[in-house]
Parts: sequence; structure tokens; C-alpha cells
Amino acid sequence: MAKTSLDKKFDQIKKREEEKSFSTKKRSRIVSKFLNNRLAVFGLIIFTIIILASLFAPLLSPYDPMRVDLRSMRQAPSFDHWFGTDSTGRDVFTRVLFGGRVSIFIGLGSAILSAVVGIAVGCYAGYKGGWIDVIALRVSEIFMSFPQIILVLLLVSITGQSLFNLMAIFILTGWGGMYRLARARMLSLREEEYVQALRSFGLSTFTICYKHMLPNALSPIMVNITLSTAMFILTEAGLSFLGLGVPLNIPTWGNILNVAQDILILQNYWWMWGPVGLVISVFVLCVNFIGDGLRDSTDPSQQG
Amino acid sequence: MMKKEILKLRDVKVYFPVKAGVFNRTVGHVMAVDGVDLDIYRGEVLGLAGESGCGKTTLGKAILRLVEPTNGEVTYVSKEDDETELTSLEKKDMDPFRKKLQIVFQDPHSSLNPSFTIFGSLQDPLKKFGVNSKEERRKIIGDLLEAVNMRREYMDRYPHEFSGGQRQRIGIVRALCLDPELIVCDEAVSALDVSIQAQVLQLLMQLKKDNNLTYLFITHDLSVTEYLCDRIAVMYLGRIVELCDSEDLYKNTLHPYSEALISAIPVADLDKKTKRIVLEGDVPSPVNPPKGCPFHPRCPKAKDVCKTEVPTLKKYSTNGNEHYASCHLIDLPEIS
Repeated sequence: MAKTSLDKKFDQIKKREEEKSFSTKKRSRIVSKFLNNRLAVFGLIIFTIIILASLFAPLLSPYDPMRVDLRSMRQAPSFDHWFGTDSTGRDVFTRVLFGGRVSIFIGLGSAILSAVVGIAVGCYAGYKGGWIDVIALRVSEIFMSFPQIILVLLLVSITGQSLFNLMAIFILTGWGGMYRLARARMLSLREEEYVQALRSFGLSTFTICYKHMLPNALSPIMVNITLSTAMFILTEAGLSFLGLGVPLNIPTWGNILNVAQDILILQNYWWMWGPVGLVISVFVLCVNFIGDGLRDSTDPSQQG
Repeated sequence: MMKKEILKLRDVKVYFPVKAGVFNRTVGHVMAVDGVDLDIYRGEVLGLAGESGCGKTTLGKAILRLVEPTNGEVTYVSKEDDETELTSLEKKDMDPFRKKLQIVFQDPHSSLNPSFTIFGSLQDPLKKFGVNSKEERRKIIGDLLEAVNMRREYMDRYPHEFSGGQRQRIGIVRALCLDPELIVCDEAVSALDVSIQAQVLQLLMQLKKDNNLTYLFITHDLSVTEYLCDRIAVMYLGRIVELCDSEDLYKNTLHPYSEALISAIPVADLDKKTKRIVLEGDVPSPVNPPKGCPFHPRCPKAKDVCKTEVPTLKKYSTNGNEHYASCHLIDLPEIS
């Protein structure tokens, strides 16, 4: 029988398969699925640029973010000052770069830490059930029912404004949501037959729930981490805007925005709040894109 | 050949509490398995048949302690005749016996972890039981994959890349990987279509021969058990109502419930007229089983005595074989 082009193609596929079958997969499935998602890759690129720019801020800008220069007050954007200067003559571009360090640290840090706490408790309690689960559930309800803003006010008035207070509060109020998400996934996963099979081998609870079950519970948690990163950055901005967040002398995105409280600045000096607002929005958007990409790539039931 | 037990069940009960009300008080129990005595002999295929909800799966899981039995004894008898009672063991002392007792599950779609390759999800049990080198683990799993007629390379694939029948065979590989003695097949083929069923059943039989296995074959399909099993136990509402050699179950049926089940097997012969015995109603609630014989509300032959007295499993003889049944209406002489 004559060889058609289809036959040839099939031979090629077969050859490739044979070559591949002797070497184990080099790139993990999650990574390759993530890289296939254009929006997520785009988000990741912008996200990386913003983070790198903040990390290497001193190399990118000749100015000191804290130095007051009264001779160049409230200058519009120019070649010297890309985003202009603020009311005390500090370079806004530099402040946005340096502010990114703190804001991203707070946002990402609190989101990841609260996810770690939530997952650690949620997986174990959800898998084990019983009294551990009941206690964890009640404790998380107590934390979640407490209004965040009151907690912030309380802590700020007791210990004063500080970065770590803010993070501690974000984690305290944020782990409950992660915990519930992880727990809910575990409750449905623990009835799956592969879990029963692992139990029939007598594997330890730790191996079963953290190694074998957790990867299947991760995809909604990933999205939640990114969503709460965005939320924490926005909350930080909001609290700093009110003067309750990070101490005002430390530049953060929220603290920079703070000046827009003044109606005069809001109306006449758009560069003091416009660019930083844009950066916050773009960053949050990118984080959400990444979250969507991670959700799809970590979801084992989506095979595309 | 002398028959030697591998597992002895004595008065095994599994009750699940039913909770209700504001204070979550226990208001009753679902008697999923209600006093089962059963001996499983080394090297046999014991069928466990019954309709949905009669407790057959729960019994299978109770043997492996995936469900803790409320009461009763499960005794494992080793090849050297050492007896160990399993239900009273501490969790960690169970380990040597977990190797001997394994299970194949019903649903091939939920029985494999979607996040791991086949090798990834099978290697942890091997690691736990002392196969430390990765090469060796790959070899064991590869060999077993070949034993179930699959390619060795498949161990690096993910479960979604396989069909239902293939997954079920991987489930069998998992059960086999620690070289067990008894495998509980929990409706192992009922989720597959008929041609694949036959394939998997044949494979199971082949593996049994090669590895000297014993099967507890849980099924609701009596047409499968007929060809497969040496003995069959029929369960109804958490109890065994009939237990005998599989041939006798079809030829000399003693219990009216088994009779009804057998009459429901479709026959591929147009000339053969079968009389269907249609059972009325559903299985009674296991929370509140009927007084007397649990089967009496649906039994076509029920008499007054059935409503008041609970029948016990008695020993009879058909065809020279032991035949156990629990019914008041059997007019064979009881053997003590």
C-alpha cells in the first residue's frame, strides 16, 4: 500500500513518542500549561517588571525618595522628573518605585502567609474532621466576624503605626477565608477513592493530606491568593490614605496617594496621584491575570 | 485439598450514628452491617452479592479498617497459621497486615489521583514498605503494568490519559504492588462496559492464578459471580442470608431472596421461559429494620412466624456441600 501523507505524519508522531518515552518529562505539566495562557504570561511579565523596578529602584533613579527639595516643588512631569514632584519637591517616580517595595511586600507577603496558615490548618482539619475541625471552624469564624478596620484602629492606637502591625492584622483577618476554602475542598476530596486507597496502605495522615490531596485543592486557593494580594494592596493603600496604615514617612503606594486628600492637589496636580493610581491598578490587574492562569494550570481536571 | 482460612469474621457490625436536632444527639443507628459471620478460605473467590445499600461495600471496607467496625472480630490467619485479630490493633500495628489485604475500587475515575503520574501516586506505598531505591520502585510498577497488559512507559502518564478499563487495570496494579494475599474487589467491574468487564475479569483470574491470591468479590451482578466465584454469600440488610458453593446457589437455592435475585438475571435464550420473581417495595431502612426476618415484608412466601422470629444462619447440605441459609421455611434437615 502506498504511503500517504497521513501515514508519514503518523510515523513521525510515533518516532517522537518513542524518543520521548525513554526520557522523563523535562518541563512540568503545570508550567507548560501556564505558559500557554497568553494573558497570564503577559501579566507575569508586567508583574516581574514592576517588582524588578522596585527592587532596583536606586539604579533607576538618581533621587532619594525621602529628600525634600523645596526649590522644585510641585513641578509637572518633565525629563528630569518623569512623574513630576510633590508638594515638598520629592520626585514622584522615585517614590512610586520605592513605594512598590513596601506595598508589594505587604500585599504578597500577607496573602502568602495567610494562605500558608489557612492551608496548613484547613487541610489537616478538613481531612481529619472531628473535634479539631470544629475548633478550627469556630476560631476562624471569630476572626472573620471581627471588622478589619476596628482591629487596625485598635492596634494602631495601642502600638502605633507600623508595617508589621498591618501585616499581622491582614494575616489574622485573612487566614479564615483560605482555611475555609482549603477545608471545603478537603471535605469533598477525602471521599475520593484514591484517598481511601492511600489509607488502605496505612500511609500517614501528613503524606496523604499534604502530599497527595493538597495539589488537587490548590487551584481555587491560587486564585484566592492573588485576589487577596490585590485586596491587601488596595486595603493598604486605603488605610494609608486615611493615615492609619504604614507610617507616613515611609513611601508606599497608599502613602503617595494620601496627598490626593487635598482638593487642591486633586484638581490641579494630577501627576501626584494619577501615575501611582495607575500603577496600583495595573499591578492588581496583572496579579489577577496570573491568578487566573494559575487556577487553570493547577486544576487537574482541565487537561487542555 | 484442605481448606484453610485466611480471614475469619465473627459477628462483625458496623453502625453509623444518625444525628439530629439542635444538640446533634444520636437518635439512632444505621445498621449497615449487622452481625456477619464469614470465613474466607485461602485461594478461593468468594462472591458477596446483594442489592444497593445492603452493606456489602461497608463490610469490605470494614475488613481493611477503612471503616471501623463497631463490634466483632476480624481475624487474619497467616500462611503459618498464626492468628491475629485486626480490629483491636493500634493503627501502626496494622501495617504488616495492610500489605496482605488490599482493595480494588469501583469507580475508575475517582480511584486515581489526577495530579500525579501513575508512578507518582503508586510510589509512596512502596516507599513506606521499604522499597528505597527509585530504580527498584520503577521496576516493580513497570513489571506489574506489563502483567496487566499495559506498557511499562505508561507509568509516567497522568490518569486522564487512560480509558476506564485501563484505569481499572491501574487500580489492580496498585492493589498488587505490595504482593497481597487477599484482594477485596469492590464492584471492580460494574462501572465498565460489558466487553471490558470480561477483559478485566479474565485478567483478575489470571493474576489470581499467578500470584496465589484470594478474592472477596463484591458485586450486585449475579451473572458475573456465577462464572467467577467458588462460593457466594448473599447479603440482605446487613446480614448474610445465604452462603454456599456457587453452583448450589443457582441449582438448589434455599432463600427466597436469592431466588428472586437469580430470577432477575437476563437469559440470552428466547425459548427458555423464566419466571421473574418481582420483589415489591424497597429495601427497608437499615435505621429501623423490620421485626422478625428482615426480608419478610417483601418475601412472597412469608408466613406468620417470619414476622416475629429472627431466623439465624443454619447449616444444611445440598449436593453434599455445606449450604448456609437463614430462613424459617426451609424443609431440609439442619446439620449441626
